[in-house]
Amino acid sequence: MRSEANESRGRAPLSLRLATLGVILFLHVPMAIIFLYAFTTDDATFSFPPPGLTFDWFGVAVHRPDVWQALLLSLRVALIATLAALVLGTLAATAVYRSKFFGREAISFLLLLPLALPGIVSGIALRSAIGMADFPFGFWTIVIGHATFCIVVVYNNVLARYRRTGRSQVEASMDLGADPLQTFRYVILPAIGTALLAGGMLAFALSFDEIVVTTFTAGHEETLPIWMFSQLTKPRQRPVTNVVAVFVIVLTAIPIFLANRLTQGGSE
Amino acid sequence: MSGGNAVELSGVTKIFGEVTALDNISLEIGDGEFFSLLGPSGCGKTTSLRLIAGFEMPTAGEVLIGGRAMGHIPPYQRPVNTVFQNYALFPHMTVHENVAFGLEMQHISRQDIRQQVGEALEMVRLPGMEKRRPKQLSGGQQQRVALARALVNRPKVLLLDEPLGALDLKLRKAMQLELKMLQDKVGITFIYVTHDQEEALTMSDRIAVMDHGLVLQVGTPHEIYERPATRFVADFIGETNLIPGEIVAINREVAEVELARGIRLKAPMVPGATVGRSVTLAVRPERISLAAAPGPEGMNLIEASVFEVVYNGATTSILLRLESGIVLTVRQPNIAFAVEPSDLREQRVRLVWPIEASSLFMEKTPVEQGKA
Repeated sequence: MRSEANESRGRAPLSLRLATLGVILFLHVPMAIIFLYAFTTDDATFSFPPPGLTFDWFGVAVHRPDVWQALLLSLRVALIATLAALVLGTLAATAVYRSKFFGREAISFLLLLPLALPGIVSGIALRSAIGMADFPFGFWTIVIGHATFCIVVVYNNVLARYRRTGRSQVEASMDLGADPLQTFRYVILPAIGTALLAGGMLAFALSFDEIVVTTFTAGHEETLPIWMFSQLTKPRQRPVTNVVAVFVIVLTAIPIFLANRLTQGGSE
Repeated sequence: MSGGNAVELSGVTKIFGEVTALDNISLEIGDGEFFSLLGPSGCGKTTSLRLIAGFEMPTAGEVLIGGRAMGHIPPYQRPVNTVFQNYALFPHMTVHENVAFGLEMQHISRQDIRQQVGEALEMVRLPGMEKRRPKQLSGGQQQRVALARALVNRPKVLLLDEPLGALDLKLRKAMQLELKMLQDKVGITFIYVTHDQEEALTMSDRIAVMDHGLVLQVGTPHEIYERPATRFVADFIGETNLIPGEIVAINREVAEVELARGIRLKAPMVPGATVGRSVTLAVRPERISLAAAPGPEGMNLIEASVFEVVYNGATTSILLRLESGIVLTVRQPNIAFAVEPSDLREQRVRLVWPIEASSLFMEKTPVEQGKA
C-alpha cells in the first residue's frame, strides 16, 4: 500500500512538468539577464549578445557615493523597521493569542490589513496622515511606513507558532515555579525563537526592497529601490544598476532561504 | 494518612461566561490520599484541578491547600505540581533539563539538582535518558518524564489531569498499578482527574463522582460501586440494570417495588421513600444469578426470557427481557454454569439476587423536575 502511494506521487504527468519548467524559466531568465549585463562592456545600451565581459562595473559601483548612501539608508531603515516589528508584532500576537477581549477579531483584522492593502493606498494614506501631523518627511517616516507591513509578518509568524505550541507549556512552566518573566525567558522565547528569526528576516527583506509606500513617505531621501528606479532614466554607467541588483538579489535570497528552512524545522 | 486536609474546596463556584462549570462544590481531600475526580467530559473535574493549581480563580468560594487559603496566589507560588494531559514537556530541553526546571527555579545548587533529577528518573524507571529530547521518547516514556518533572519538586499535592489518557490499554493498566505504588512510596497526596471509572476504582482511596458542575457522591471505590448515591452514579460507575417501578409497601428496612401487576421486587429502604413513589431499582449484572428453583428468603426472584448470550472471555453476558419489556443484563464468570449458556437462548429463566444488592433511586416528582 505504501509503495503504491509512493508510485502515484512519484511522477507528475509530462504536461505538468513542462508547465512547471516554463514558469521557472519565465521567473528566472530575467534574473539571469540582470546578472549577465552586470558584466557587459557596453556603457549605455544593452545589446544582445554583450560586446564583451568585464568586472570593471563592480569597481565603479564601489566608488559611487550615491550607491553607498542609498544602500546604507535602506539597511538602516530595514533594521529599525524590523526591530520595531519584532517588539510590537510579538506583543500584539501575545495579546491576541492569550486573552479574549472586546474587539479582538477587529484588531487582528486591522493588523493584517496593511499587508493586504495595495501599497499605493497605504502610501497615500500615510502621506496625508503624516502631512497633516506636520511631521517632516525623511528617515523616520520611511521607517513608519515600512513598520506597518513588517509588524504583520512578525505578528503572523509568532501567532502561528503560539497556536502550534499551545498554552500548556506556559502553564507547565508556571506550575513548576517560574514567574511570568522566567517563563518568557526560558519557555516562550525558545518556543517562538525561530518564528521571530524567520519573521524578522522576512520583514527585513520586505523593507529592503519596498518602493511603493517609500515613494510617498521618503521626502528627499533615496532608498536603494528608489535610487535604482531613478537610474533607469540616466543613460550613463547603466551596468552599475545591474551590479547593485545582483548584490540585492544575493542579500535578500539568503535570508528568505534561511527563514524558509527555520520555519519548517520548527514544525517538527 | 495523618488526618489533616491537604486540599479543601469550600463552596467553590466557577462561571465561564454563561457556563457554570462548578456549582458550589465542597471537597475535603486528606493528607496522603489518592483522590480521584471522576465524571464525563464537561462535568467540572478538570476545572476543579485547574482551580487548585491556580490556573483559574474561583468565581466564589475558597481553595485551601494545607489549611492555607490560596486567594489569588499564582500557580508558581503554590505548593502543588501538575502532570498535564498532553505532558506539556518543553521540547527544546533535554529530559534532564525538563526535570531540573522546577529545581532551577528554586535556585538549588547544581550538584543537588543533578542528584535529585537522577533520583526522580530512577523512581519513574527512566534512568540513562537524561540527554534525550522529548521528541525521541515514546508516549509512555514522556509520561514518566512528566511525572518525574512534577515529583522532583516534592509538592504537597500532585495534580494529575488524565495522565494515562493517551496511552494504549495495556500500558495504561501497567501504569495504573505503578502510579498507585509510587504514590504509596512518596506519600504525597495525589488528586487524579479521569473519566475512566475503572481507572478510578483501581487506583483511588476515595472518589468524587461529578456531573454538570456538581459533586454527586464522595466515597471509597467500594462505597461508590456498592452504594451509589444517585441513579447517575449507579449508571456511570460500572454497568447496572435500572428497573422502573412504584413503591407499594414498606416493611421497616425493606421497600417493596411493583413493576407490573403482581410482579414485585424488594430493596433496602432509603430516606424519603414513601408508598406510591415512582422509583428506579438498580442491580449490578454480576449480582444476578440464574436459578433452577426459587431462592431462599431474602432474595429477589423474577422471570425473564433470554434473547441474547454474549461471550466476553472471562465472563458471559446474558441479555434478558422482562414481561414489562425492560431489558436486563446478567454477567456470570465462565466457571460454574449449570447449563451451557448458549442453550439458554429463547429460554424462560428465573433470576435471583439478594435484596441488599438492590439500590433504590427516587424518580423526581414533577415539582422537583421543575426546580432542576
